[in-house]
Amino acid sequence: MMLRLKTTPFHPRTEAIMQANQWRRWGGYSVASAYEMTHDREYLAMRNACALLDVSALYKYQITGPDAHAFLDRLVTRDISQMQPGGMAYTPWCDSRGKVVDDGTICRLDEGTFRLTAADPNYHWLEENAAGFEVVIEDVSEEIGTLALQGPCSREVLAEVFGDAIRELPFYGIIHLEDDLQVSRTGYSGDLGYEVWVPKQRALEIWDRIVEKGRRYALQPAGIWALDVARIEAGLIMLDVDYTPANKATTPAQASTPYELGLGWSVHLKKPHFVGKKALAREKAEGSALTLVGLEIDHDRLAQEHEKIGLPVHYPFVPWREIVPIFDEQQQVGYATCGSWSPTLKKYLALAQVKPGSSENLHVDIMVDRYRKRFDAKVKKLPFFNPPRKRG
Amino acid sequence: MKHYDAIVIGGGHNGLVHAAYLAKAGRQVLVLERRHTVGGATITEEIHPGFKFLIGSYLISLLRPQVIQELELAKHGLELLPLESTLVPLTNGDYLADWPDHDMTRRELLRHSRRDAETYEEFSLTMRRLSLAMKPLLDLFPPDPTSLAPRDIEQMARIKGVLGHMQRKDFHTLCRLCTMSIADFLDEWFETQPLKAIKCTSGIIGTFMGVRSPGTGYVALHHYLGEIDGVRRSWAFPKGGTGAFAQSIANAAKAFGAEILENAPVHQVLIKHGAACGVVLEDGREFYADRVISNADAQRTFLKLVPKEHLPDDFLWDIQRFRSASPACKVNLALDGLPTFSAVPKGNEQLLRGSIEIAPSVDYLEQAYDDAKYGGWARKPFMDALIPSLLDPGMAPPGKHVMSLFVEYASSEIDWTPEKKAQFLEVVVDTLAEYSPDLKSKIIHKHIMTPHDIQEVFGITNGHIFHGELSLHQLLFLKPSPQWAQYKTPVRHLWMCGSSTHPGGCITGAPGRNAAMELLKDWSA
Ligand SMILES: Cc1cc2nc3c(=O)[nH]c(=O)nc-3n(C[C@H](O)[C@H](O)[C@H](O)COP(=O)(O)OP(=O)(O)OC[C@H]3O[C@@H](n4cnc5c(N)ncnc54)[C@H](O)[C@@H]3O)c2cc1C
Repeated sequence: MMLRLKTTPFHPRTEAIMQANQWRRWGGYSVASAYEMTHDREYLAMRNACALLDVSALYKYQITGPDAHAFLDRLVTRDISQMQPGGMAYTPWCDSRGKVVDDGTICRLDEGTFRLTAADPNYHWLEENAAGFEVVIEDVSEEIGTLALQGPCSREVLAEVFGDAIRELPFYGIIHLEDDLQVSRTGYSGDLGYEVWVPKQRALEIWDRIVEKGRRYALQPAGIWALDVARIEAGLIMLDVDYTPANKATTPAQASTPYELGLGWSVHLKKPHFVGKKALAREKAEGSALTLVGLEIDHDRLAQEHEKIGLPVHYPFVPWREIVPIFDEQQQVGYATCGSWSPTLKKYLALAQVKPGSSENLHVDIMVDRYRKRFDAKVKKLPFFNPPRKRG
Repeated sequence: MKHYDAIVIGGGHNGLVHAAYLAKAGRQVLVLERRHTVGGATITEEIHPGFKFLIGSYLISLLRPQVIQELELAKHGLELLPLESTLVPLTNGDYLADWPDHDMTRRELLRHSRRDAETYEEFSLTMRRLSLAMKPLLDLFPPDPTSLAPRDIEQMARIKGVLGHMQRKDFHTLCRLCTMSIADFLDEWFETQPLKAIKCTSGIIGTFMGVRSPGTGYVALHHYLGEIDGVRRSWAFPKGGTGAFAQSIANAAKAFGAEILENAPVHQVLIKHGAACGVVLEDGREFYADRVISNADAQRTFLKLVPKEHLPDDFLWDIQRFRSASPACKVNLALDGLPTFSAVPKGNEQLLRGSIEIAPSVDYLEQAYDDAKYGGWARKPFMDALIPSLLDPGMAPPGKHVMSLFVEYASSEIDWTPEKKAQFLEVVVDTLAEYSPDLKSKIIHKHIMTPHDIQEVFGITNGHIFHGELSLHQLLFLKPSPQWAQYKTPVRHLWMCGSSTHPGGCITGAPGRNAAMELLKDWSA
């Protein structure tokens, strides 16, 4: 059999615990939407104990050479010139129009070695932009398996697996362990969490060790649905869902800038030239077309409207991903891109992009049985959920 | 004797589309086809008992979706089976495949080149944007940019509107693509030989130019303008072959009230007081109508069917030098079973359901052209192969197969004696057998259409599959002659609706439809 999607280095383990064949595609791999029949427990573990996620499908590039640091600093919008070995940073990177190409993390593994993660293939983009820099770019996506352990107990579990060094790891720090693997304090859940970067040959061993130690802490393997709920609560954006990457957009209007995606904090216009700087400086001065907001949809009224006609209301437990128009009193002012019921906050949340200066009181149309009705969608500050333990 | 509103000379797919639109608008239409059946170059023939051969065209992509909808071709029998993959077997035993899936194709390309795997997406997106921008031009009559007539100015504005939506960078790419050779253009994107080669082939289909000849970039773009169910750059096999497609249009035309007469070769267009008023057949029968529309190619129409004295000299001169030398042959094989290809790994046989391209490198393609350009044939020809019986079992008896091979280059200038035909057929089979060792043992019957045969059987001058080269000097407002590029001709009431007119050859239905729109407008004016 040849025509199959790729499987990650952890596949023998993930396949064994898959209960309902809920696989999905991610970056050319089959990965789990949920291992259990529903993703409830997987999500709850992430907020109350810890959840183990196979995120190997991320693209990973290793950048070395005398100009590696300078090159990356010029590539991305964030000022990473001060990054020390053991440091890590989240950042978007843009094309010359200031449109986001991708977003991910950069870590400095040692003096001259950096690693960049991305949601989409970026090898060509990196190469093109490396013209004039003395760097070597290597696609190590398939060499390295990545596990994310997210949740309040994640620190205890990893300390048991790898020793007390884990406890010293600061938010967005990365350390080398056992010769050939690294642990970073990063993740996509908006909670306390870590990511473990392992050579693919050791993938199963590491999975087993983490699961073994995690047993006492109610560790639960989790799929993408659980992660998606958590990242919406955390107000973290996702490529292809919340924005179309610049090089995939058919028209410029389809692509987004960091300011439009709520990533203005990661654009450092004071640093020397970087790709997209001119356009972003202009946007900063002139204002953006859109801005990212969190929305809280009035689920109580949604429930009432259902009750009125004798129906139970539906809870969007599995996050939806589509473009849904958002209105003020007069007209459409933007669009939501994803939404989910938050079991932690007990609220119906959505991420949206709206015109700057729009009212805080917006509306969204939702089907109640067979008829469309308008409901309140209040603008809320992001992240919706931000526990102190994330950085603590 | 019955007097028609319109007589269409030729029942090729464009003639049929044209007739159907006129009939749909309530006109009395008669189609006169010289052969025993309509279809022209879109035809399926049972050359060997039980085996249906595609002696002309074989795949559909550029067919305008409006034609399918407006003529209700599905109701009249059209069924399109999309092709899913492209396979390029290589001489070193490896292969390159375009899988039906994005992730699979990316992985396949990664095997060959990491860089190309990534550029591929950018390339596809760029080509998609270019074809999106260009596509509306297919459905517009080409305006004359030197004319001050309101209709030309209006149309220019419309085109400006279409192109004005393009991003600047794309517009620059478009201009370069149209004027470059396809090989040079692709050199800027890719490094993998077979990938470049396979992408090059769109630039030379039907064209007597090499992959390194400037202008082949445009031909490639032409082939990118197609779509099946909105999927760009995809090809489909019509169930029953392209002949069944032609029959579906004929059925539609008849349902709208058109009459179709087969075995009716037109000898001459009848002209009275400078205006066409009918035709006379080779057997002497005469038919009269207010308008006569020729589906035959421009050279056949104006050098054979219209008496010279009715045509201006400069127009005649344009038509005489219209470039139509052709390099394309068509080979069909009846096979006792499915041939195997040494490059296809076990378990991947599904790749045989798609296109199979004998195009291992850019040099291979250019060499094939070099061999033929002085009036010879390629010693190792380029081939675009398809096994239609894998898609539609009705094409061959159970367990047996037919294989269709589009072959280049073999010059229309060769004196195609039966011996030469047999020789070139051997060259084709030998070349293919290098990739499929058991091919020869499975051949029950083989059949070739040389450019000469295409001329004789389909009535196309020099056998040029597009009714004349798709090169810049004879496109848009220059097709087939400046000032006569809007389906009208220098003879009043004589119109054109075939592939020599905008937007040119391929199964598109566009010349037929556009000409009908213009004629109907002109009629009511
Ligand atoms: C070998 C080959 C392979 C091809 N492959 C493809 C393909 O896979 N996909 C694709 O899209 N395109 C393909 N093409 C091109 C495509 O088939 C043609 O461009 C298209 O079919 C032309 O259609 P038409 O109606 O304009 O002309 P034609 O099909 O040439 O029709 C003209 C008709 O006029 C008739 N006629 C001519 N003179 C007279 C007369 N004096 N009296 C009465 N009738 C007359 C002819 O018999 C013919 O039926 C191929 C062409 C050939 C030859």
